[in-house]
Amino acid sequence: MRETLKTVLWPAVALLVLLAFNFFANPNFFHLEIVEGRISGSLVDVLERAAPVVLLSLGMTLVIATGGVDLSVGAVMAMSGALAAVLLSQTEASLTVLLLAALGVAAVAGAWNGFLVSVIGIQPIVATLILMVAGRGIAQLMTDGQIITVRGSEGFSYIGGGTLFGLPFSVTIVASAVIATAMLTRWTAMGLFIESVGGNEIASRYAGLNVRWIRFLVYTFCGLCSGLAGIIYASDITAADSNNAGLYLELDAILAVVIGGTALTGGRFYLLGSVLGALIIQTLATTILMTKIGDKDIPTEYNLIVKAIVVLVVCLLQSAALRGMVLRKAVDT
Amino acid sequence: MMPKLRPQYVPILATMAVFLLLFSAVSVRYGGFFSWFQFSSLLADNASLGLAATGMTFVILSGGIDLSVGAVIALASMLMAMCLTQWELSPQVAIPVVMAAGTGFGAGMGALIRWFRLPPFLVTLAGMFLARGIALVLTNDKRISITDHPIYDWFFDTEIGWSDYQLPLPAIVFLCAISLAIVVARSTRFGRTVYAVGGNERSALLMGLPVGRTKVKVYALSGLCAATGGVVHALGTGAGDASIAYMLELDAIAAVVIGGTLLSGGVGYVLGTLFGVLILGVITVIPSYQGNLNSWWTKIAIGLLLLVFIVLQRFLQRHGSKQ
Repeated sequence: MRETLKTVLWPAVALLVLLAFNFFANPNFFHLEIVEGRISGSLVDVLERAAPVVLLSLGMTLVIATGGVDLSVGAVMAMSGALAAVLLSQTEASLTVLLLAALGVAAVAGAWNGFLVSVIGIQPIVATLILMVAGRGIAQLMTDGQIITVRGSEGFSYIGGGTLFGLPFSVTIVASAVIATAMLTRWTAMGLFIESVGGNEIASRYAGLNVRWIRFLVYTFCGLCSGLAGIIYASDITAADSNNAGLYLELDAILAVVIGGTALTGGRFYLLGSVLGALIIQTLATTILMTKIGDKDIPTEYNLIVKAIVVLVVCLLQSAALRGMVLRKAVDT
Repeated sequence: MMPKLRPQYVPILATMAVFLLLFSAVSVRYGGFFSWFQFSSLLADNASLGLAATGMTFVILSGGIDLSVGAVIALASMLMAMCLTQWELSPQVAIPVVMAAGTGFGAGMGALIRWFRLPPFLVTLAGMFLARGIALVLTNDKRISITDHPIYDWFFDTEIGWSDYQLPLPAIVFLCAISLAIVVARSTRFGRTVYAVGGNERSALLMGLPVGRTKVKVYALSGLCAATGGVVHALGTGAGDASIAYMLELDAIAAVVIGGTLLSGGVGYVLGTLFGVLILGVITVIPSYQGNLNSWWTKIAIGLLLLVFIVLQRFLQRHGSKQ
């Protein structure tokens, strides 16, 4: 528990620093008002926009904890969104059937990754690269390369656009997903199994864990999370855009996990850290959008440069080699 | 008696066979395809991808990965255009400057990977964000045209070859780079060290090989190749553009894998990458011949090819380790 607190402290501090910066630079950032029964303002905006990446980072955390990585989450998002939109616009399928189908295709995609990694024994980067390339193609195949708009279904647009407890409904979905994942991994032994596989695969096998099965489940779960993210995204923009849905989000998700303190080499994982990481990434983007230097906006292009610096700083902070160098110097002098 | 086929040659032979099959099938199916013109433009159109993939081959052979090559191509194309137009440098100065910048960028990433033992995946991811970000900031997301510059006309019009068989300059640059890379990988100390590091880093270290220095060099080489790709792209299309080559790193990795190089490092041939690039190139042009096929089929086809080659390699690996 202390270990967890210590690790999650860093991203929490980083988020607070960002918020404090906004407190002085953009007082508007904290402005909240109620418009038509819904709280609106930048803070809510950050939560709503971060929703897909938070979901992706949940699955990604578990995958990375087993020592793997899933590059296909963005493409799987596009697939589930595309299937939902196609079913909605071209068939009479009920909302339940449609959601189950969209989640189903995502779970199958995840299971496929899991099969390649755990049964065939292919390296995770390569195994998921296949679906990263082909998945977007499959999504485009479903939508025939068009952007399919999904106006008309109240139930479907509620997922990404509705309001519950004064907040966007997607925030509630994501919060429930976070809690459910935390309960599944921390109230059962599953979390320990996952960390054990990532920590030392051979030792776990000797201890009697079914390593293959755990890997398979983790990738399937990651697929499910991506599917849910894809549905929320499609509902939010009321369209399935196979070319752009989830583009580059795999990188954001991996980044969120690493910022959150989970090492890419596997082992211990921190779900709360990943959620904070995803929020940091989105707060950063919103901050850059809102901050003005003099009376000029910072061009959005700077977002990428700031992100690069964040990645490097986080990596360096976690680098044992750097810590060793600094400590050795301290001892020498 | 048939000479015994060494298992390490199987993937590269399979790659060549796939290319020949694909090329003949497309030639038979679409009459206009089988011509020198098509073949030379296949090489020329994929020159930047091919150059990036050449550098990527070394990175992957050493057991690493470089996600920044697409962004470096964009940055280099843009720097090239800015050198020629805004800073009015002569091409003889501008080209080495841009190539040096790319090399420095790669070496910087390599240094981070070497000294701080950071995962290449994350460092080159940061490099990708940084290079793309700098390119976008410098240009405000606008294209810089260099079509007025005399070098563009020269680059566009120059072809090298004999009689009817002429190759445009991008293709020449690509082929030269690949040939050089084959020599470097096969017959230099650096090349052999790359294989050793990728095969087993600890053994390489114990043998006294310069593991750290080789890692820095590998990423510097990848930066150099990508920057050359950017120069070729800028001169070939007559513009520097910060938004080109999105996700090109994926195609480059795919080309290397389809070319028979093992992603875990240590096994593979640069020549395979040439065929990997050509296979991707043929798959990409098929939809322009077949009206009812759409571009997304190319993605699915590339995914399938990746699958076949990865499973094949996995099978060979298992087979090899059992002996």
